Amino acid sequence: MTEEIIKLEDVWVYYDGVLALEAVSLSIKQQDFLGIIGPNGGGKTTLLKVILGLLKPNRGKVTLLGNPPEKTRKFIGYVPQHSLFERDFPISVWEVVLTGRSGQRGMFRQYVREDKELAHEVLKEVGMIDFKDRQIGKLSGGEQQRIFIARALVTEPKILLLDEPTASVDTSMQAEFYDILERLKQRMAIVLVSHDIGAVSTCVNKIACLNRRLFYHGSKEISPEELEAVYQCPVDLIAHGIPHRVLREHHIEIKNKNAKGKS
Amino acid sequence: MDLLEILKNPIIAGILASIACGIVGAYVVVKRIVFISGGISHASFGGIGLGYFLGIDPILGALVFSLVSAVTMGMVSRRTRLSEDTAIGILWAIGMAIGILFVYLTPGYAPDLMSYLFGDILFVSSQEMILMLILDIIIGLVVFLLYKELLAISFDEEFSTVAGLPTERLYLILLCLVALTVVVLIRVVGIILVIALLTIPAAMARQFTHSFKKMMLLSVLWGIVFTQCGLWLSYLLDWPSGATIILVAGILFLASFFALQRRRHV
Repeated sequence: MTEEIIKLEDVWVYYDGVLALEAVSLSIKQQDFLGIIGPNGGGKTTLLKVILGLLKPNRGKVTLLGNPPEKTRKFIGYVPQHSLFERDFPISVWEVVLTGRSGQRGMFRQYVREDKELAHEVLKEVGMIDFKDRQIGKLSGGEQQRIFIARALVTEPKILLLDEPTASVDTSMQAEFYDILERLKQRMAIVLVSHDIGAVSTCVNKIACLNRRLFYHGSKEISPEELEAVYQCPVDLIAHGIPHRVLREHHIEIKNKNAKGKS
Repeated sequence: MDLLEILKNPIIAGILASIACGIVGAYVVVKRIVFISGGISHASFGGIGLGYFLGIDPILGALVFSLVSAVTMGMVSRRTRLSEDTAIGILWAIGMAIGILFVYLTPGYAPDLMSYLFGDILFVSSQEMILMLILDIIIGLVVFLLYKELLAISFDEEFSTVAGLPTERLYLILLCLVALTVVVLIRVVGIILVIALLTIPAAMARQFTHSFKKMMLLSVLWGIVFTQCGLWLSYLLDWPSGATIILVAGILFLASFFALQRRRHV
């Protein structure tokens, strides 16, 4: 059974009078793990906002599980790039994760045992249960990232949407991060947006390239020409056809190559 | 005994004010809505003027005006392309201008005008205290019922929207709580100085805890300390009560801030 989760049909978005997305069509199904790559300013954040229903497209249609996104976006587990919270916000990890349940629980109601059990479960899943009473701002970038994944998972999403997930994660923690995604992709669709080609190609099974227009690939294979069309500069292709385990061991080298490729 | 008799009302009023400013101030500080709160309090002067003009209690005018300006500022800053601080700045000034115009158009002399601007807790009436109590109860009830929602939007509004919360409505509710608090505080420190009691007790409390609930509680307690000390000093020295309360609060905050800062660095 392959339920269509996200569907974009000919979506155009003008952001402050500038064309940000041009004729974007996209279909994400239940088992998909899609990586969307593209340069900064290529419309990645705009695309996410359109999917989440935070931004109305000027043209075209967006459906989430067959409905307009405003109605069904609570089935998305959203992991923002860097939550804009203040570092000394007086809130514990536990409370942050529970906020993921706030929409499901309904207004005026307190969190019930089911919410707390779920929060406990997802914190275990991301390996952060021992940190549950810590203040969120006291954690490292990688640890915070895992808390935000937990907060997204606690909503019991059908799809996980990650915006530049490796931006604030140091290299040593990235492997653990991909392990978590590896496990999660059995249970839900995942969309990962990044400007970091290395990050995207580690574990995804489909790739799309976005630079105002979306070039969608059914598989992980992209030709150098296609990638260059998106980035509009020569790009080193590094990750294709390499088994995951080998890739993880060479991670630092890959990052370096990657940086060189984009300069 | 005599002294206590004179100061009984102001003492109670100070406590009632501290409850509102402690609870709502905690949100104002962590959600960084200090500027919009300042806008709401100043715009409520329009209601004071309208009250004089229509011959009703200016406090009631301020209540209506602060609620209307809270909703207007919230909507304008969210829904239009005007940037938030520009929208606030404009509405802030319009509200005050309306107040000044109404006061001017009201025949005769506007009694107590200064006390609305700068507060006068020593002469608070029982009627005003009942209004403060009612508003405190409303504020407490709303925060109790919507605690998890208001904490969620304060921490991360975008995520809360995606998680299914009606974040814009909740934000407007929060601004209305600010508006009610402004009304509670007018008699104590006046609309010009309201912003101090919305920020200083909460900022003080935040230095001592990492739990939002404790921060609220502590900020109520600090509010009580500030108002009672200020009240007592203003009575002894015969200084204006509003300004004295604020200066006590400000000095204690700065002292504790720098003391903690130094301890952290040593």
